[in-house]
Amino acid sequence: MTGLLRFATAGSVDDGKSTLIGRLLFDSKTVMADQLDAVERVAAERGDDWTNLALLTDGLRAEREQGITIDVAYRYFATPARSFIVADTPGHVQYTRNMVTGASTADVAVVLVDARKGVVEQTRRHAALSALLRVPHLVLAVNKMDLVGWSQQIFDEIVVDFAELAGHLAVKDVHPIPVAALHGDNIVDAGANMPWYEGPTLLGHLERVEVERDDARARPGRFPVQYVIRPMSAERPDYRGYAGTVASGVLRVGEQVTVLPGGRSTTIAGLDTFDAQDGLDEAVAGQAVTVRLADELDVSRGDLIVSAGDPPQPTSSFDATLCWMADAPLRPGTRLLLKHTTRTVPAIVTTLHDSLDVTTLTRQPVTELGLNGIAHVTVRTASPIVPDDYLTDRRTGAFILIDPATGATLAAGMIGSQIGVRA
Amino acid sequence: MSRVSEQETADALDALEAESIHVMREVAAEFERPALLFSGGKDSVVMLRLAQKAFWPARLPFPLVHVDTGHNFAEVLEFRDRRVAELETRLVVAKVQDDIDAGRSVEVPGGLRNPLQTVTLLRAVEQGRFDAVFGGARRDEEKARAKERFFSFRDAFGQWDPKNQRPELWDLYNGRHNPGEHIRVFPISNWTELDVWRYVARERLDLPSLYFAHERQVFERDGMLLGVTEHSQPRAGETVSTRTVRYRTVGDASCTGAVLSEAATAEQIVAEVAVTRLTERGATRADDRASEAAMEDRKKAGYF
Ligand SMILES: Nc1nc2c(ncn2[C@@H]2O[C@H](COP(=O)(O)OP(=O)(O)O)[C@@H](O)[C@H]2O)c(=O)[nH]1
Repeated sequence: MTGLLRFATAGSVDDGKSTLIGRLLFDSKTVMADQLDAVERVAAERGDDWTNLALLTDGLRAEREQGITIDVAYRYFATPARSFIVADTPGHVQYTRNMVTGASTADVAVVLVDARKGVVEQTRRHAALSALLRVPHLVLAVNKMDLVGWSQQIFDEIVVDFAELAGHLAVKDVHPIPVAALHGDNIVDAGANMPWYEGPTLLGHLERVEVERDDARARPGRFPVQYVIRPMSAERPDYRGYAGTVASGVLRVGEQVTVLPGGRSTTIAGLDTFDAQDGLDEAVAGQAVTVRLADELDVSRGDLIVSAGDPPQPTSSFDATLCWMADAPLRPGTRLLLKHTTRTVPAIVTTLHDSLDVTTLTRQPVTELGLNGIAHVTVRTASPIVPDDYLTDRRTGAFILIDPATGATLAAGMIGSQIGVRA
Repeated sequence: MSRVSEQETADALDALEAESIHVMREVAAEFERPALLFSGGKDSVVMLRLAQKAFWPARLPFPLVHVDTGHNFAEVLEFRDRRVAELETRLVVAKVQDDIDAGRSVEVPGGLRNPLQTVTLLRAVEQGRFDAVFGGARRDEEKARAKERFFSFRDAFGQWDPKNQRPELWDLYNGRHNPGEHIRVFPISNWTELDVWRYVARERLDLPSLYFAHERQVFERDGMLLGVTEHSQPRAGETVSTRTVRYRTVGDASCTGAVLSEAATAEQIVAEVAVTRLTERGATRADDRASEAAMEDRKKAGYF
């Protein structure tokens, strides 16, 4: 069990996403008196009749003026069981990039639907993007149950529709919950209106769901070298350590490792941190440590230290799925930069195979990829990277594309030829 | 905010710490001239500890920068200098007063100096040719900050464009920039005020004494308790009394309010923050209260 859970919320405009987050913050007593004050003041100025909890989360002025959320915002709350980081991602069609951003780090995606409308095009889109990004758990929050007379039948129908959709998608775990964000039913407390629902409340579920990091230990060790530490001090004239965060698996002192893409092998001589100045015996996924190696190899930023046995293959050409996030479309052959773990290399997209329509789950041939487009591509890099398949590792299987001239982040990429949203 | 059990707290703090260290190392690796903003406040003290951990056993690979409003609490300056000496690191002090004297900043009589820090900060960035500046801002502080990235791009004028931010995916931070542009980096973006205090307690971090309950002469203004200092004197009709207070932030002494509190240790503050009903900015910063969009406007212009 992990004390920190990251989840992303998605829903169409007006499904009640902001209200739901406001409710979670409010009922878990995270909303402070002065924030509530400020929100009440704005509500009064706008002539609203009641305090709109949604205003707790609409951060930027443009958003408040238009009454819609534009950019991903992050919220924080804690209960005795866990601390939570919420990526509040706006639901409009044109903001797919926000959903992808929020989902990239999420352990759970909470997809909202309006009980009166059921599964709509946006729902398909959000579920498909969660599947594409391999968010391990999905919650289907059927909101505004009050407006359908708290009807179990309507809820059940939506669950069936969604299960049909999810059947086509590579989502491992779907958990439907009937809620009324405005009134609080099944958000933090169950309430008395839906006695037929016996499952956990939304918060109860989020407190208990297992997160992916819990089993990252089981995978082979992966350690991207971030930074070389050389104190060059009188005390430690020859110290040379490789600082980084364990991407997956476990590293142990004394174990044999290979440094890629070079391919030389050695053993781990020490695992240092400020707190364990005599060193750790092992370091697990998510831990920031400094690795010392037994032999003097030429290791630098961007190299990958891996456990012995079945190492990943360095490659300069691979297939991937791209989510394009820039206004100007991608054309094959354009010079780009690719950042994978701690390695940044020049790259081009050589082939656009086909694009994926995430609402119909169909593929079409394409010649260019526009904003919010998703496509299967082949990428070539100027020097090798050492990827895992995104299907097996969300960290070592991911990359971003950068515009070398403006520095803009252009795309999110997932390595592998099988990446898609289908089950 | 309810209490989180000890084990879960330790896990969550470890995860936040690892994320922050990762961000700091990315910056040290990808930028030529980073700098870390250090005010002596609790967030920057946490930042300093994280930086120590990120680069141990080497020294910090960047200098500290203090944007000095001139409206200081004496104990904060003492504390700052002591920490700098302990860490054997370099401190650059950029004074708001210098910009006022040179006519680059205009002080409104009786006004607050926090807004004037922007000009001085941008000058320090330019003079130091810093391409990355670490700040200790957190997303839970304020609504405009909730949309801030870990790596926040600033154009050649130091401005922030909230509607044109780079998407931040996985743990792949993009620090690419052209000469003259820089990146503000917020390694503790995901920490809450409570996390900061828990970390202060866990790591036994030294803080300026005014963070802990002490007796002080204070007076009330606009619903805030201001200490009597050379920068904040009571006006006619404001009465001074001695109260047991602590500060939740240490900024411009003329506008930072104290709160009534008996909490004299970090552990006691953790307990108090866990049940508190006011955000630290709302409770204690006169300047953020000026308008609903005050922070957003200031950030666009290049503020922290
Ligand atoms: N009746 C009812 N209205 C709700 C519920 N949840 C949200 N709403 C209302 O639906 C509208 C849109 O909610 P909002 O949270 O702003 O939607 P968002 O665009 O998804 O963030 C607002 O008027 C809310 O008060 C609910 O459970 N029941």
